[in-house]
Amino acid sequence: MKRFLATILIVIASGVARLPVEHQLSSVRRQLGFADVRFDLDLREQLGQLGFIAAFSGFRAIVADMLFIQAHVAWEQTEWGRVLLLFRQTTTLQPHALLFWEMAAWHMGWNASSAAFNDQSQPRQALRIKAQREYFALARDFLSRGIQNNPDRPQLYESLARLYKEKYHDHPRAAEFFGKAAALPGAPGYDKRFAAYELSYCEGREREAYQTLKRLYDMSEQEWLPTLITRLKAMEEKLDIPREQRIPDKDR
Amino acid sequence: MSEARHADGGATSTEHTAVTTRRESPLRHRAFSPQRIAAICANTLTELTRMKVFYFLLLFGLILIGGSVFLARFSFQQEFQILKDISLGSMSIFSSLLAIVTTARLIPQDIEDRTVYSILAKPVPRFEYLIGRLGGVLVLLAVSLVAMSAAFLAVLYMREQAVLHETARQMSAAPGDQLNQALQAIRESAFNLNLFSGIAIIYVKACLLAALTLFVSTFATTSLFTVVVMAFIYFIGHLQGTAREYWLHQHGADWGARLFLAFVALVFPDLQAFNFVDEVVVGTAIPLMLFLKTVGLGAFYVVLYTALAAVVFSGKEL
Repeated sequence: MKRFLATILIVIASGVARLPVEHQLSSVRRQLGFADVRFDLDLREQLGQLGFIAAFSGFRAIVADMLFIQAHVAWEQTEWGRVLLLFRQTTTLQPHALLFWEMAAWHMGWNASSAAFNDQSQPRQALRIKAQREYFALARDFLSRGIQNNPDRPQLYESLARLYKEKYHDHPRAAEFFGKAAALPGAPGYDKRFAAYELSYCEGREREAYQTLKRLYDMSEQEWLPTLITRLKAMEEKLDIPREQRIPDKDR
Repeated sequence: MSEARHADGGATSTEHTAVTTRRESPLRHRAFSPQRIAAICANTLTELTRMKVFYFLLLFGLILIGGSVFLARFSFQQEFQILKDISLGSMSIFSSLLAIVTTARLIPQDIEDRTVYSILAKPVPRFEYLIGRLGGVLVLLAVSLVAMSAAFLAVLYMREQAVLHETARQMSAAPGDQLNQALQAIRESAFNLNLFSGIAIIYVKACLLAALTLFVSTFATTSLFTVVVMAFIYFIGHLQGTAREYWLHQHGADWGARLFLAFVALVFPDLQAFNFVDEVVVGTAIPLMLFLKTVGLGAFYVVLYTALAAVVFSGKEL
């Protein structure tokens, strides 16, 4: 009995001793963005009992992968509602996996939206367009939440910029997000060019676009790409830049 | 040897020989002997490697890691991420299972086979017996994790090389800097040094579970009981962090709930603290200080549970 009580006391005393260390480690992990997943009844309903227990027991990544593979199968069978549900679960479980956010947005913004627009079972075009826009909004929502979870990674800003450019035809927003992506470490070199191209399509911002394009043009010969030259020439025409200040025609 | 015969209560002539030997040789029984522990450890390792369950679990782990490459053929980022998720997840599952299952049967099996009597009849302190037994399990866990890591890294390397060659072939006409950028993206998606931190933490967690299982098995009557208790502890351990945070920060809860949360927080280990895999696979860097502190916490748990096991086992009637 004495030994039993001594054991219990040692366990509790060691618990008191390790509590501050564990609490501090947990705070560090939270600061680093580890385990940002909120395990609540919503997630429990989404994952089912087994998935919830597995995700809770340190196998979050595997559960997320399995759901991702299921989402892939649902996409092949064009079950868009299921694709959406599975990607919501996947991104909830692995909020730092950029791939899941990007794939979710791509399926919603490009595949599901096209399917909705070409849905022959819906005779009214207005309703087809409405459904298509709803999928665009879902794609934007995925990317926005992905950015909230990964604010220092350029990929999702770039994907959101593409969505604004190709689906919403919203050039100012596209330029803004390409610019944000370009400003982050690890961004590909083309992001800053794409930001400038998009700016050149914005009404009333031609001067700003011209200056940005010209700055890129002056940076190095590697930047003298066909689109950059074309957009720069277009801005020169639009702003009526004096002949002597224009870039040479041979570069066209 | 002579001391062993003496302890066994041999014939008078044997006692006489033992006393003579003791007089002639300066060798004395030491309270703590690393050689004795090493002998028990080596013996345990030999026993465990002869167990079918070891090969069964190791084989399953290796098949899952090797087979993960065929599970999904998407883009290279998706493929690498799924490969890493499944491989590291398999390592975590199988090393935890191996730690619990092999340790749970050590003491009950020794008592059933009466091996424990022949060992403890010799001048081997009980804590040395426990340390040796645990040491054998830890070496076995290290060997199986090294095997699984080798399989995982080999599969990852093969897939990386295949993707690199395919990309280089497809982009042969592209400018040099674009090709280099693409190849660099593939390399970054495949390997990063944090994978090794993740594997090391999986090992630390398995060691913790082995030590805890040893502690539970010192007062358990059967190995099945130990495994069931450990399964509960495994799940509760992953919730311990949540219970601790709630206990420390939610002052509105009634005293009954707070008492329960305090019990969970103080008694159970925080297993979630050893879960780096979910972050490692998505490329999150693990700071060195966090890694070292986590390893330190794991070492603390191993020492604590081994000491507790020794305390309980020293009073156990055999």
